[in-house]
Amino acid sequence: MTAAAPRSGEAIFSSFERVNAELFTLTYGAIVRQLLTDLEEVEEVNKQLDQMGYNIGIRLIDEFLAKSKASRCVDFKETSEMIAKIGFKMFLGVSASVVNWDADGSCCSIILEDNPLVDFVELPDTCQGLYYCNVLSGVIRGALEMVAMKTEVTWIRDVLRGDDAYELQVKLLKQIPEEYPYKNDE
Amino acid sequence: MIGAGKIKQYSNILEKPLSKGKQEVSLSAFAFLFSELVQYNQTQVDNIAELERRLEDAGYAVGARVLELLCHRDKGNRRETRLLGILSFVHSTVWKVLFGKVADSLEKGTEHEDEYMISEKDLLVNKFISVPKDMGTFNCGAFVAGIVRGVLDGAGFPAVVTAHFVPMEGLHRPRTTILIKFAEEVLQREARLG
Repeated sequence: MTAAAPRSGEAIFSSFERVNAELFTLTYGAIVRQLLTDLEEVEEVNKQLDQMGYNIGIRLIDEFLAKSKASRCVDFKETSEMIAKIGFKMFLGVSASVVNWDADGSCCSIILEDNPLVDFVELPDTCQGLYYCNVLSGVIRGALEMVAMKTEVTWIRDVLRGDDAYELQVKLLKQIPEEYPYKNDE
Repeated sequence: MIGAGKIKQYSNILEKPLSKGKQEVSLSAFAFLFSELVQYNQTQVDNIAELERRLEDAGYAVGARVLELLCHRDKGNRRETRLLGILSFVHSTVWKVLFGKVADSLEKGTEHEDEYMISEKDLLVNKFISVPKDMGTFNCGAFVAGIVRGVLDGAGFPAVVTAHFVPMEGLHRPRTTILIKFAEEVLQREARLG
């Protein structure tokens, strides 16, 4: 279906320059701590993390498309597979799987087996409403918005809150048609 | 963890086995995250000194934890008590774990007894950062300076640590130098230990 098959996530990950996951984990922890000290409200921190993720996502999509040489996805199912199999592997080095498709194919769950952001992390009682990994939902939302899909990404299960896995629900709200900045008859 | 079953639940995070530290993420993931850290802090401050201080504070927290982790995992809970010992720990072990290589050089300052410098040709955090002219001498290496300060403070060697750009001939990007100025008590203790 495609001229050149997109490279597998594993292959791209090994060709990337890599850094120690612990530096990444500790830096993320420092960011969350700074936000908690500045904003104090857990809801505000969740929103800010999502916003930061969104900013990362809109730039990350360029790198993803360039490095993975992926071609246009036919439908949302393929998009989610790309995110889970290639995207997560490329950047974080972890595998994810896509499950729980609903009837019309616009909503699915991505399950992360492993999450480098949360090594060494425990949520204290004062921060129980915190979605620690909310930056990931922002990244997916931002990245998909840049390829003309408006989505809503929410956390269904979070190990730090007592569940047994990390599950993100990605729901396609609508496809944004390409807008041209000039009119054809000018 | 690979497997078809549920991830084993640990009731207490302290009971979870410590990872070997071999897991990696892509450099771009870290670069994106670090750029968000800097951008967020830029919105919170009014001047450069404040921005550097906030980056340093973020790094300090990282450094304190890195010290605990490495002491337990790599050094078998042995504690460094000598100045040169802790400096070579930072220069080799800490740098190797965090950045994948030992630091380029470790030098003793010539003008002052209490100054030491760790230099790096291409610091990881500065790799994708360009500083606009109106920000003057701002250096994102302040984050790494904070990490070093966190490690030294946790080990009992209080110091003031800063990051500076040092232009070098032959390199079109300046070298980054982390300047460590130890507190008076550290030198006195060192002199007493002989």
